[in-house]
Amino acid sequence: MGMTLTQKILAAHAGLDQVKAGQLINAKLDIVLGNDITTPVAINEFEKAGFDSVFDKEHIAIVLDHFVPNKDIKSATQSKQCRTFANKYDILNFYDVGQMGIEHALLPEKGIVTAGDCVIGADSHTCTYGALGAFSTGVGSTDMAAGMATGMAWFKVPAAIRFVLTGSLPERVSGKDLILSIIGQIGVDGALYKSMEFTGPGVASLSMDDRLCVCNMAIEAGAKNGIFPVDDVTKAYLQGRSQRTPVYYEADPDAEYEQTIEIDLSKLVPTVSYPHLPENTHPASEGSGIKIDQVVIGSCTNGRLEDMEAAYNILKGKHIAKEVRGIIIPATMAVYKECIRRGWTEAFIDAGCIVSTPTCGPCLGGYMGILAEGERCVSTTNRNFVGRMGHVKSEVYLASPATAAASALTGTITDPRTV
Amino acid sequence: MNAKGHVFKYPDNVDTDVIIPARYLNTQDARELASHCMEDIDKDFVRKVQPGDVMVGGWNFGCGSSREHAPLCIKTSGISVVIAKSFARIFYRNSINIGLPILECEAAADAIQAGDLVSVDFDTGVITDETTGATFQAEPFPPFIQEIIAAGGLMNSIKAKAANK
Repeated sequence: MGMTLTQKILAAHAGLDQVKAGQLINAKLDIVLGNDITTPVAINEFEKAGFDSVFDKEHIAIVLDHFVPNKDIKSATQSKQCRTFANKYDILNFYDVGQMGIEHALLPEKGIVTAGDCVIGADSHTCTYGALGAFSTGVGSTDMAAGMATGMAWFKVPAAIRFVLTGSLPERVSGKDLILSIIGQIGVDGALYKSMEFTGPGVASLSMDDRLCVCNMAIEAGAKNGIFPVDDVTKAYLQGRSQRTPVYYEADPDAEYEQTIEIDLSKLVPTVSYPHLPENTHPASEGSGIKIDQVVIGSCTNGRLEDMEAAYNILKGKHIAKEVRGIIIPATMAVYKECIRRGWTEAFIDAGCIVSTPTCGPCLGGYMGILAEGERCVSTTNRNFVGRMGHVKSEVYLASPATAAASALTGTITDPRTV
Repeated sequence: MNAKGHVFKYPDNVDTDVIIPARYLNTQDARELASHCMEDIDKDFVRKVQPGDVMVGGWNFGCGSSREHAPLCIKTSGISVVIAKSFARIFYRNSINIGLPILECEAAADAIQAGDLVSVDFDTGVITDETTGATFQAEPFPPFIQEIIAAGGLMNSIKAKAANK
């Protein structure tokens, strides 16, 4: 029996010719990642177990992104603990304020992760790197600690759902609308424990930023990972960027899939997930009666350059509704700088928005953009759970940057094709 | 090993943001985290929970973030076992890695009611609702995972393996 793309990468990293769904394996890791929330717990576990060396200082990444620049004394203490550890073990890929970005935008951008990698990260959205043709999955802090010590992790080899994409996305419809539509179709546990493997002629039409966004939210369908095949778009993205030599794997022609779902990209529409689960999807065009108080454009899901461009194209020369607070957060310092260089930052400010340096901040209700009781936010982030962005009686509506920007202009949920 | 206690019951898709809201993730102190456990969906949980009590959920328990703070604060609150129809995969891994017993059992998660007295035999996977007398058989863990649990979590397990080399 042939193997899926995910299974091929896992087999290679476990030193096996063949793996099958359900098999438990130990696999070699190319990158072990943590952030300022999960790394301190991992450091405690690492030290408690008595380890005094890391498996490879070049293959660990620690990115301070959730609560930085630090919002309070406790979060500053956590960042300090990460900094001390990174210095002690000479961690090559340690990113602090000034160099940092949101981890899942930063690692691909810097070429720290590449095609063919096997990656774990103590952050659920680590599945983002599947866009590069890597196996990449979120774990907890103890797995991170074990990974830093040994360079290995255990996995149950996942079965797969195959998504065959055809056509291409219409104007102002993006990768975010694709992944929200999929989650709406299969549910928040529709891919539980499984791989989401994207394939078909429609893949070629998706930009790298779209693919990163799609794989980022695989976890919101319960998936272990999301993955795209390597093609010319991937190779062009990796060129001059990868810190290590990429390895290109392909699914076997006779690979087994539990389910195949066909999606015509040209039929997709701007999509919004209503509270309080990402599966509660509706066309943006149905949301005109829903008044909003805030818009957030950013995050590991939608804080990349194309996301900023989509927002700019809608906001330039206009002003957001008086009752809306607009918060725009480019995901990395490079994206932040490029927004300034291209004049987008000025356009955002002229439109009535604030533009922040990179942080996860409001996405998880950490700081900067917390919602009061009864308030509603259209957000390009990834979760709309109860209390996610603030008060338990506040509401988050997940959408693309184009839909979020259009909604900011009108003050209600708005299809970006109508502004 | 056994567990016995009264049941706190929750619906499908209990996410890690309601188990422990991110606004409290600026600390790693297990006691402090536990003092906010479940507060966004059940304000009374922390006040009512007794050592040994049992948490029962539906499908996809623990979905969302990878925060290990979630199983840690449930464990520290005194909960002895979580029974659900299914678990989100990172929560499942984290629970095993930190030694919070979890069991998948759809029939038990359906039948057991809030407040029931429930006992669990971890060796056999048998769940007994002492209030109604009903018994249920949970899925056993594969041997590989049983080894991690027997060692007292992942870090102990890899230390033991390193020592045996």
